[in-house]
Amino acid sequence: MIPSTTRHPALAWAGMALIGLALAVLPFALASVGTAWVRIANFAILFALLALGLNIVVGFAGLLDLGYVAFYAVGAYCYALLASPHFGLHLPFWVILPIGALVACLFGVMLGAPTLKLRGDYLAIVTLGFGEIIRVFLNNLSRPVNITNGPQGISRIDPFAIGDFKFNTTQKFFDLSFSGPIKYYYLLVIVLLVVIVINLRLQDSRIGRAWEAIREDEIAARAMGINTTGMKLLAFAMGASFGGIAGGIFAAIQQFISPESFVLVESIMVLAMVVLGGMGNIWGVIAGAILLSFVPEILRYTVLPVQQALFGKAIVEPEVIRMLLFGLALVLMMLYRPAGLFPSALRKRELSMPANGTGARP
Amino acid sequence: MNGPLLQCAGLARRFGGVQALDGVSFDIREREIFGLIGPNGAGKTTLFNLVTGIYAPNAGTITFRGESIGGLSPDRVCAKGIARTFQNIRLFANLTVLENVMIGRHVRTRAGVWGAILRTAHTRREETAIEQRASELLGFVGLTARANDLARNLPYGEQRRLEIARALATDPQLLALDEPAAGMNSTEKVALSELIGRIRDLGITVLLIEHDVKMVMGLCDRILVLDYGRPIAQGLPDEVRRDPRVIEAYLGTAHDTVGAAPR
Repeated sequence: MIPSTTRHPALAWAGMALIGLALAVLPFALASVGTAWVRIANFAILFALLALGLNIVVGFAGLLDLGYVAFYAVGAYCYALLASPHFGLHLPFWVILPIGALVACLFGVMLGAPTLKLRGDYLAIVTLGFGEIIRVFLNNLSRPVNITNGPQGISRIDPFAIGDFKFNTTQKFFDLSFSGPIKYYYLLVIVLLVVIVINLRLQDSRIGRAWEAIREDEIAARAMGINTTGMKLLAFAMGASFGGIAGGIFAAIQQFISPESFVLVESIMVLAMVVLGGMGNIWGVIAGAILLSFVPEILRYTVLPVQQALFGKAIVEPEVIRMLLFGLALVLMMLYRPAGLFPSALRKRELSMPANGTGARP
Repeated sequence: MNGPLLQCAGLARRFGGVQALDGVSFDIREREIFGLIGPNGAGKTTLFNLVTGIYAPNAGTITFRGESIGGLSPDRVCAKGIARTFQNIRLFANLTVLENVMIGRHVRTRAGVWGAILRTAHTRREETAIEQRASELLGFVGLTARANDLARNLPYGEQRRLEIARALATDPQLLALDEPAAGMNSTEKVALSELIGRIRDLGITVLLIEHDVKMVMGLCDRILVLDYGRPIAQGLPDEVRRDPRVIEAYLGTAHDTVGAAPR
C-alpha cells in the first residue's frame, strides 16, 4: 500500500516530517484568510473520517451502503443526549465517544444482519431505507416521551473539554492565539491519523484479505472457509463505529444538531467522496473528502463576485452553480476516470477486466 | 483412524421437479484417490456440492471422520477439512497468486480485528507464517515464479494449479477436484496427474470428478459411476471398466478407446 518510499526509510521519515509540519502550520495559514476556512478544514477532516468508515464497507468489503449517514446521526445524538441540558447529563467526551461508537456499531449490525443475503442494487435500496428510517425516528421521537426533541433538534451541546481546557474558547500559548476551531483542528488531525493507521492495518491483514476475497468472489470465499456472514457484519460494524465517532465530534463542534443534518444527500456526498477519490484506496478516499469539502466552499466565495464582475448582477444563485459543477465533475469522472482520481491498484484491475470475469481462457 | 474418511448414505437432492441425485451411497477411504464419473448431467457436480456444503441434501447422511456434515455451510465444511476446486475456475482474479493462496490460510489462522489493529507480536508471527506456508505451496504446485502476478493473467493450466494450491492452503484431509483437467492439453494433463499423485503422497485423500476416462482409470484407486442421479457401478477401475451397465450408460460406443470387451 505504502509507495516505494519504504525502500528509503530516511526519505519516508523526511516526507512524514514535512507533512506533519504542513499539517501543524495549516490552521494558522487558513486563519489568516479567515476563521471560516479553519471550520471548513475541520469539516473536511470530519468528512474524511466518514469517508474512511464508509470505505471499509464499500471499498474493502464491496457492499454498497446508501444509508451511511444514519450511523453519523446515531453517534451525534448519543453525544448530544449525554452532554447537553436536554437530559441534564454532562459526561466527558472520552466517555461518550466510545459509547457512541458502540451504539453505532450495534446499529451497523442491526442493518447488516437482515441484509446479508442482498447484493448490489437491492442492498443499496435497503440501506437507503434504513438511513431514512433513522432520520424519521429522530424527527418523531419527541412524543410521548421527549427523547430527541423532534425537528427542533438539541442545542447547547457541551463542547469537548479536558478539565478546564475547553475546545471552543480562544486561548494563547507561546504568543499564538488558538481559537476554538484551531483546537478542534488538531484534535481532528489526531483522530484522523489514528483512523488512517487502523484502516491501513486492517486492509493489510487476515481480515482485510477476507473482505477482498468476498468482494472478488463470494462463493469461492465461502469454499475457502471464510465465514462471509461474520465478515460482512464485521465490515458493517466497523464502518458504523467510525461513523459514530465522527458524529460525536460533529455534535460537539456544532453544539447543535437536528435531524436536518442527517439527510440522504449527506450519505450520497460521503459515497461520492469514496467513489471520486478511488474506492478501496485510503489516500484516494481522503483526497476525495478534502476535495469535495473545499471545492464547493471555494465556489461559494467566488461564484458571486465573478458574476458581479461579468454581468454587474448575480444571475444564478451560487448554490445552483455549485450543484451544477458538482454534477458535471462527477459525470466527467465517471467518463474519464471511472476507478476514481487515485484508484487502488485492485480497483484499476477490476475495471479494466473483460466482462466475463474469472476463469476465462485467455 | 479406522473406518472410512467420508461416508455418504442414501443421498438425494431434488431441484424443482428434477431428481438430480437419488440413493447415492459410497465410502471414501483415507489416502485413496476416489474417482467420480458419469455422463453430462449425471449429478456429479450436485453430489460434489452436497459434500462441500453448497447445497443441503433432501435425504441421506454425509459423515466425515465420524461426524455428520450434511447441511453444514461451505465455510464450516472447509473448516472440518474438506477443500475444493471449481469446474469453472473461481480464483480471486484481481489478487496476486500469492494473495490467493494466503486467503486459503484464513480458516487455519485466528488473528481478529484487535490483533490486526494493534499488530500484536502474535499477529505478526501469524502473518509471517501465512506468507511462508503460501510460498511453500506455490513451490509445491510449481508457481513460485508467478507469485506476484495477478491470478487472472496466468495461463489456464496454471490457474488450475493455483486453485489447487489455494485449496491445499486450508489444510484439508479431503481435497475435492471438480474436473481439474477440463480444457487442458495432454502435457498439462500429465503434469496434473503427477501433481494429484504427489498430493496423495502427502497423506491427503482426493475426490476427483473427471471426464477424461484415461486419466481417471490410470489415477484412481476406486471409482463411482453415476447415471441420471443414480449410482450404477462402484469399484476398482478394472471392474468398472468391464461393467456392462457402465459401458452402456457412459462409455457407450467408445468401448474400443478404453479397451472394454465388446458386448
